[in-house]
Amino acid sequence: MRTRVLTFFLVLGAAAAPLAADARADAKKQVEFGIAVAQRGLWREAIYRWERAVHIDPKYAEALNDLAIAYEHEGDLNKARVAYEKALEIEPNNALIKQNYELFKEINDRTTRKDTQDGQDNQTP
Amino acid sequence: MARTTRLLSGIAAILLIAGCTNYYEIPIETPIKPKLDVSAFQRVLVAGFIAGGTDDVDGNLETTRLLRSQLRTKSDLRVIDTDVLPLMEVANETPGTPVEAKAEPTRATPASDGEGREGRDAREKEGKETKAEPKGEAPQAATPDKPAAIKDPKDLEPYEHIFADVEYWKKIGEEYQNPLIVTGTVMFTPHQRSGIVQREEEVYDSFGRRRVVPVRTYMERKGYILQPKFVFIDGRTGTVMHSENFREEVLYNANQSTPALSSYFELMDRLIPSFLSTLSSQKIKGTRVLLQ
Repeated sequence: MRTRVLTFFLVLGAAAAPLAADARADAKKQVEFGIAVAQRGLWREAIYRWERAVHIDPKYAEALNDLAIAYEHEGDLNKARVAYEKALEIEPNNALIKQNYELFKEINDRTTRKDTQDGQDNQTP
Repeated sequence: MARTTRLLSGIAAILLIAGCTNYYEIPIETPIKPKLDVSAFQRVLVAGFIAGGTDDVDGNLETTRLLRSQLRTKSDLRVIDTDVLPLMEVANETPGTPVEAKAEPTRATPASDGEGREGRDAREKEGKETKAEPKGEAPQAATPDKPAAIKDPKDLEPYEHIFADVEYWKKIGEEYQNPLIVTGTVMFTPHQRSGIVQREEEVYDSFGRRRVVPVRTYMERKGYILQPKFVFIDGRTGTVMHSENFREEVLYNANQSTPALSSYFELMDRLIPSFLSTLSSQKIKGTRVLLQ
């Protein structure tokens, strides 16, 4: 009985691995296309592609990073923050994602401070 | 042998990571929405400021002129060109004024005479328009000198009730066809600070090789603090829509002679983007890295 269960899980694992690889390959195609159109200034199309990539492979940190940049460019700072944070959750040590997020935070902090500080000091040390 | 193997495997790992990660730098422009909805206004009146601090810079006139010039070029609102309102006199005449402020009435001078030599020089240099063009009859088209009493931000407090004077601002609004009114307070004060400062120093070793090393030295430094408060008033109702406080400071070496007006413009330059982003949408340029 034990052997049967073990075999079942081994077969399941072996089948799942190529499926995940296929998903990443499909998502990667979307990401590549998104980069190509973003470089031409077609950010809406890029967002569509990167959203598809994340839908296909939700653990694709690079796609989430690109999506965050596109949201930032469109002025949708809340969506950008969520996407950056998901990307860093998946790859917390990715220096390039971290760098993008730090730059984003500078802008985001400025706008959120503006929203919350009516009548309070706005100081630069 | 083992050391060489470790080194080679390290290099291989770096190359592998670099090879696997394709990245593309891309310029982006992040649009920032304005904080205030000013779509109901077509015109803006920078009315004037209650100013204090150093006598070397007329905070009222300089701030009014600078904001008008910035709004003219960087916002969609039409800027009303008129004499600066004598807000301190108005504050003195309305209830809520302290006894000491009433005891020393301010001397009113025409706007064109109210600026110092430094102010005129700076504007001539920048090619800015200096002549005010009054449109219609302003309630009091004159500019008061700063009373000596305003040397500290606390000295401004007795005058701040003017910003809550709904009737006064409504009247100004009617006068200028219901614009958005920008007013507030400006404190520009000299200050000095001493302490340990890190600076870089060139040193040459016995072989004549140049090196730059950080050196920590005790220094006397002097500069200025700029503390403006911008108040945005709805000219239709006379009510305050929004207000923001800022504080900027700059310090120079004690032996460096920097004119007060230069410091004032240096500090205002830092604040202007924040001021403008309250009224109009701004785009912040930057670079990000797309990953594959």
